[in-house]
Amino acid sequence: MNVHSILFIGIVCFLFNAAFSLLPLRRIRNYSYLFTAAGAVFFFAAGAALLISGPLDIAAPALSSVFQFVFRGDALSGFFVVVISLVSLPVSLFSIGFTRNMKNPGLMAVLFSILILSMYAVVLAGNLVTFIVAWETMAVSSYLLIVFERNQETARAGLFYVVMTHIGTAFIIALFLVLARATGSPDFAGMKAGMAQVPEAVRSMVFLFAVIGFGTKAGIIPLHTWIPRAYPVAPSNITPLMSGLMIKTAVYGLLRVAVDVLGKGPEWWGITVIVIGSVSAILGILYALMESDLKVFLAYSSVENIGIIFLGIGAAMMFTAHGLTPLAAIALTAALFHVANHALFKSLLFLAAGAVARASQTRNMEKLGGLLKLMPYTGFLFLIGALSISALPPLNGFVSEWMTYQALLLGFRSPSLISKIVSPLGGAALALTGAMVAAGFVKTFGATFLGMPRTVHAEQARETSVFIVAGMAVLASLCVIFGLFPGTAIQLAGPVVVLLTGMVPHLYGGGVLGIAQSSASLAPSALACTMVLGLAAALLFIRIVGGKRKTVVADSWDCGLPALTPRMQYTAAAFTKPIRIIFKRIYLPNRELKVSYLVKPFFVKSIRYGGGITPFFDRYVYDPVSRIIHAVAGKVKLLQSGSLNLYLGYILITLIVLLIFGT
Amino acid sequence: MEYTQVLILLLFSPLVNGVIKKVKAGMQGRQGPGLLQTYYDLLRLFKKDMVLSKVTSWIFPAAPFVVFLSTLAAAMLVPVVTTRSPFVLMGDVIALIALFALARFFMALAGLDAGTAFGGEGSSREMTVAVLVEPMMLLALFTAAISTGSTNVARVAEARGAFYSPSHVLALAAFIVVIIAETGRIPVDNPDTHLELTMIHEGMILEYSGRYLALMEWAHYLKQMVLFTLAVDIFFPMGLARSDDAGLLAATGIYALKMLAMAVVMAAVESTRAKVRFFQLPSILGSAFVLAFLSLVTFIMMGR
Repeated sequence: MNVHSILFIGIVCFLFNAAFSLLPLRRIRNYSYLFTAAGAVFFFAAGAALLISGPLDIAAPALSSVFQFVFRGDALSGFFVVVISLVSLPVSLFSIGFTRNMKNPGLMAVLFSILILSMYAVVLAGNLVTFIVAWETMAVSSYLLIVFERNQETARAGLFYVVMTHIGTAFIIALFLVLARATGSPDFAGMKAGMAQVPEAVRSMVFLFAVIGFGTKAGIIPLHTWIPRAYPVAPSNITPLMSGLMIKTAVYGLLRVAVDVLGKGPEWWGITVIVIGSVSAILGILYALMESDLKVFLAYSSVENIGIIFLGIGAAMMFTAHGLTPLAAIALTAALFHVANHALFKSLLFLAAGAVARASQTRNMEKLGGLLKLMPYTGFLFLIGALSISALPPLNGFVSEWMTYQALLLGFRSPSLISKIVSPLGGAALALTGAMVAAGFVKTFGATFLGMPRTVHAEQARETSVFIVAGMAVLASLCVIFGLFPGTAIQLAGPVVVLLTGMVPHLYGGGVLGIAQSSASLAPSALACTMVLGLAAALLFIRIVGGKRKTVVADSWDCGLPALTPRMQYTAAAFTKPIRIIFKRIYLPNRELKVSYLVKPFFVKSIRYGGGITPFFDRYVYDPVSRIIHAVAGKVKLLQSGSLNLYLGYILITLIVLLIFGT
Repeated sequence: MEYTQVLILLLFSPLVNGVIKKVKAGMQGRQGPGLLQTYYDLLRLFKKDMVLSKVTSWIFPAAPFVVFLSTLAAAMLVPVVTTRSPFVLMGDVIALIALFALARFFMALAGLDAGTAFGGEGSSREMTVAVLVEPMMLLALFTAAISTGSTNVARVAEARGAFYSPSHVLALAAFIVVIIAETGRIPVDNPDTHLELTMIHEGMILEYSGRYLALMEWAHYLKQMVLFTLAVDIFFPMGLARSDDAGLLAATGIYALKMLAMAVVMAAVESTRAKVRFFQLPSILGSAFVLAFLSLVTFIMMGR
């Protein structure tokens, strides 16, 4: 069977899901997602084949001589196809359990299939038109999924998303048109081949457009504001597709344009990307820390992780600019590895958050608590995701961040002073985020899963479906495997690194990840083995020294007062309050105190305290811009009064003008 | 020896804490407990029955083991008396800090698990201090890593000369603050208190008793000695043996002296400083962060 037919079967599987779910089979309709799971397997095979065997043209019907669909897969496409498949499969399993009692399950299945297929199409697109069409299909289907549950909140978020994403699309269309004109070729391969004749200024413009265009979709700061609005309101089986995968298609776009097509650029390209990555990483996690909504927290954390991926990509571009190909290969491997890792653990966390929200009817962690006992599987799997994303050994997030650190520290080897300064500072930015991510996930896991249930919402939470747990378990196992055996993921990234830098980095062998340039090494599996052996030794030691002892189960220490209540627990907001105070210059916190008196000022009836942070970018960047747009739109409205006579008059005037000047 | 040097850390870490306590007592004009008292305390705890809170989940009993074992794994990554250690291949300074972070993560979760305000308070403060300290620690070590071309502790120790450059001194100053903060000592935290309003580390482990408490305490001593060892490896590597047999005895002696010196420094800091308010910590830790940052910039600009 060749790749074409594998891909064809994959597509058919996804379409089957759409068709099957529209049939009037109420009781088994939600099993239609088994088709998408199967489709993901086929696409995985196709992606792996592209990684191994290299570029492949995939036939597509020609629409006309100008608009022609071209699909072309190479190693870069293959890598992203594999990543999309690795997430789509478990999310499909999750959806079987999740969509059981949903309204409009047929529509959900159709949009689900379209969204995933359009993401495959984006990474396999071979020319401008195909890419734009796939990109827009992805945008529209994701918009429809954001507003799937129809209410005011989703409508606002959806509108915001549509506007933001189209600003990005405008830049993307512009950059492709510029490229097509400058190189005389509408397809990517031709653009790459014709790059030699393109002047430096044009290439730099294309680079900046790519950063803005794809950066909007990826959610770099300050273009991130749609992410914390759109993710939380999307259905829980869709959020992981958006956060784990859709923003990765933006990373794909950036790699395709800025690294593959544009090729070697000046030093400042890489430095720009490193700076953007640093800012996004630090501010993303700082804003995340202040959230008590499970999904908004995870959404901001995506901004942070995009920052980490950008750090790797930027370092790779900078090294390429200096001709330090071996170092570029390390940095690129780190970035690609983190792309895969973030797709896995963020999807896992969003699925777990979705399971919690489904079981408890709330996303607010201040209302949860004690869920680890009530939802033991979800809690355990969320913990694995939390450990991975907090870059704790021996899980996958740690390994890719470790490589990113190594790449950035090696930036000191570059010949120019500015690179020497910027790249270790990128490492410092990454260091700043590390402990904050851990603090954020301690807070989230602690408030949601530990302690006592704070409300009845939390008390009534139970595991809802075996498929929901199965979906998360697949992702969690992949996190563990990629962490303990990073060689698997590095091998996946290898052909891409060869394609983009021209050399294969020899980073992994015999269970040890090694960076020869800094004689640094890491053996996650050995660390894990050590700890397992140590556990056995510790248990034995305790048994021998301490003997067998009684354990009494009693109340928590309550200072001798009668029984602690759930309200006496530390809240999520209180947990991060010290951080809010320390970083008040960034958060601009506000507080309001409302005191009402029976007899002023002696007898207080009630005190109401509220506090929050100022959303800096919303207030000082987006609000002014949207006010200006509204004002301009108000003026433009004068032209467009709705009077038919006036419009006919416009046409007449236009005709006369054309007749006069057209000849 | 190269395989067993981690045992030095494991077995003598309670002693180092005993020495600090003894020196501190001496400086304060007290006699203080005997040097072996920490061992007796640990032994006693291992033999005691336990009280568990009924609110807690499996995180609570799991945390002491995760904390102890990840600290032990971190201990294997630092050369103690010889740089010829096969275990240093398992990870570098970044892995070491990440292992500490793993321990801290579980300790903070355990603090939240019993659902009390003390535990939550301790966890919250611990993570806040970590937000300030962890990047500082990485930055100070980055300077060492960049100047020696490696992030591997053994390679850094081998590459270091006796020559003291400005960046080196700045990084050392920052690292001393790191050690104070990471080991929960005055002025950041008070290891001797059980007063709710001041405690960080003790707050988190308040619910622990018996063998779990023993593991937590031992892990804490171990972490302290690992940090001391890391400091002397990176900033004063003189006397560290490079090949197995030659000078191993001398290296061990020198190492003991270095540990004694570190203990005296810590005791002196603790005896002469006062515990500061929690929200004054950012100015202390922030200035140390600036030192670490300056050390990096100094090295980049001056090249040494």
